Amino acid sequence: MEYKIQANKLQLYYGNTLALKKISIDVIKNTVLALIGPSGCGKSTFLKSINRMNDLIDSVKIDGEVLLDGSNIYHPDTDVVMLRKRIGMVFQRPNPFPMSIYDNIAYGPRIHGLKNKAKLDELVEKSLKGAALWGEVKDRLSSSAMGMSGGQQQRLCIARLLAVEPEVLLMDEPCSALDPISTMKIEELVTELKNQYTIIMVTHNMQQAARVSDYTAFFLNGELVEHDKTDAIFTRPQDKRTEDYITGRFG
Amino acid sequence: MTSTRQSYNLELESLRNDILEMGRLVADSIERAVQSLAEQNIELAQQVMAGDDEIDNMQVVIEDKCMSLIARQQPLARDLRIVGTGLKITTDLERMGDHAFDIAKITGDITGQALIKPLIDIPRMAEMTQNMLKDSLEAYTNLDIALAERVCQADDEVDNLYQQVFRELLTYMMENPRTIGQATQLIFVTRYLERIADHTTNIAEWVIYLVTGQRIRKN
Repeated sequence: MEYKIQANKLQLYYGNTLALKKISIDVIKNTVLALIGPSGCGKSTFLKSINRMNDLIDSVKIDGEVLLDGSNIYHPDTDVVMLRKRIGMVFQRPNPFPMSIYDNIAYGPRIHGLKNKAKLDELVEKSLKGAALWGEVKDRLSSSAMGMSGGQQQRLCIARLLAVEPEVLLMDEPCSALDPISTMKIEELVTELKNQYTIIMVTHNMQQAARVSDYTAFFLNGELVEHDKTDAIFTRPQDKRTEDYITGRFG
Repeated sequence: MTSTRQSYNLELESLRNDILEMGRLVADSIERAVQSLAEQNIELAQQVMAGDDEIDNMQVVIEDKCMSLIARQQPLARDLRIVGTGLKITTDLERMGDHAFDIAKITGDITGQALIKPLIDIPRMAEMTQNMLKDSLEAYTNLDIALAERVCQADDEVDNLYQQVFRELLTYMMENPRTIGQATQLIFVTRYLERIADHTTNIAEWVIYLVTGQRIRKN
């Protein structure tokens, strides 16, 4: 069993408020970890700390470490741009760039220096296929991404992420703005993507966590209450707070 | 384009395959138990008894899969009926496996004794029961309601045969009290076969429920 991401006693303050309390968790390579918990429990904060998105907020202070393949991403020598290439993120609302479908996907690789047209074509196709979107858009790659449906836009954002060849995918409620069919497509896609990537997903939808993840972590008030195989969490949770939350009896 | 819930469909299919695999193990176990009795083959009887653990283990695997599917996939409509009937059918199969074990045990008890009568009706009853099981598993595989209904009807014939053998053995016992020991064992065997046929009928009823959503009670 190989750990892709490991958090060791990770603490995060927003100003004087302690938002994450000594979070320690190991994420196994090629699995899907779902982070669940009520609003304000720290799950999104934790997600963002995995590719240092929280660096962008001035008042944030972080203790402890997050390891990617055993190396601490909070080490002062870390190249944050490279880090975010290796650990990409998909957000709640699809956020395609106002440009063509093709250029959306080619954007990242171009920034990272890829100019060769044939190689770009190949990468665009591979990424769109990886995001289960190729068949729907292959005949209109030059049309604007803004004309796509919400579900297609979200898969485009996933394809855009895949184009820079990441290792870990962070997803912050990737389906919360989508209809049920698009949601199911994204969920199916996640199940396929885990063969190649390690995925950590925040979701408000417990059923979604149950459906797509291999492991589930329950957060409450900045604390990691329970972390186990998803089967175990949803059939025999060990902590009463987990049980109350997943059965909808949360106070 | 990705079809939705493909991995879920695969899980449901895998559950159905496990149930069929368990069904094949149980059918095999019943067949060999009856054979061991007819041939007074104690080694075969011991194999049947040893094989029961595998059947019990499969039940646990199937139940865990069902619980996991309920917890993780929130099955509805026919999917829900697949999972619900999966839990019921695996219980029926496990009981049938236990009865095969019981029959094999009786082989061990009466081997070496001269049989009080040639075994004719018991093998016939066993054959009818095994055919019912084969048909109910085929009905489950193909979701074939007509076949499932025929299994339910066949149960009456097994019940009749059970009554007939019971009366016959009773006569033996009244005529000669020294046959009571073995005759009682043989009555147990027919009782186990009759119970196996009942569980098979249950499976057929669950197939009808799986396909139509309608509850019928033939048993």
